[in-house]
Amino acid sequence: MPINYYIVLALCLFTIGVVGVLTRRNAIVVFMSVELMLNSVNLLLVAFSKMHHAAKAATMASAGADGQIFVFFVMAVAAAEVSVGLAIIVMLYRNIHTVDINFLNRLKH
Amino acid sequence: MGITQILFWTLTVLVLFSALMVITSKNPVHSVLWLIVTFFGISGHYVLLNAQFLAIVNIIVYAGAIMVLFLFVIMLMNLNKPSSPLKNKWIQIAGFVAGGCLLLVLVAALRNTEIAKNTVEAGTGDIGLVANLGRELFSNFVVPFEIASILFLSAMVGAVVIGKKE
Repeated sequence: MPINYYIVLALCLFTIGVVGVLTRRNAIVVFMSVELMLNSVNLLLVAFSKMHHAAKAATMASAGADGQIFVFFVMAVAAAEVSVGLAIIVMLYRNIHTVDINFLNRLKH
Repeated sequence: MGITQILFWTLTVLVLFSALMVITSKNPVHSVLWLIVTFFGISGHYVLLNAQFLAIVNIIVYAGAIMVLFLFVIMLMNLNKPSSPLKNKWIQIAGFVAGGCLLLVLVAALRNTEIAKNTVEAGTGDIGLVANLGRELFSNFVVPFEIASILFLSAMVGAVVIGKKE
């Protein structure tokens, strides 16, 4: 399977996430689009780690394992980010009774 | 066309369709459920790439924990009514055009890799197995692993501090 397929797949997923952030107005859906972007990058990292492993396996047995470790840390950071972000959204909802990001413009004025 | 290719294309179509449904569903609960389908498709891709550890962690952490957290917040705040349609259609159109331009630029920049040389062989190699990744994680990457625990502690304290009523 050429690496191009994985690159294009990950780019499509990333773009869907970007479009979701730009077009949706519900803060939770925006947050889910961010998760989608993180996952597309994870998929591309795993594909590249496999590619690197196939190229370097003769000289180094564990070539490419660091890419997958990196994906593991991305998942850990994403879990921490989600817990704090959802706490922020809950606090926003408690204060202004909406999660529509059109109303979250107080820093503009 | 072998079984691997058929699985690859099936999973790709599943992932892209469910990702589109995430951003087009009106109901946030449906968005969450489609996002779970997306994560399962991505886990299938990980299995095809022989990264079994990441496939299982993806299902447990993302589809299991994070999505339950999303659903919990949506149900808690009673947000599962369809959101009102956006008044300004132009923002939506501009968003789609901007995303399309981004996709165009990225694909045009990255499509000329050397196809013959850079292949990803599905179902080979053993770096994605738990034994190898665990050895790597606890020998070369043990300091980042410990720092991640501090990150989780601070995230937990931060979530509690932000979430509690003053």
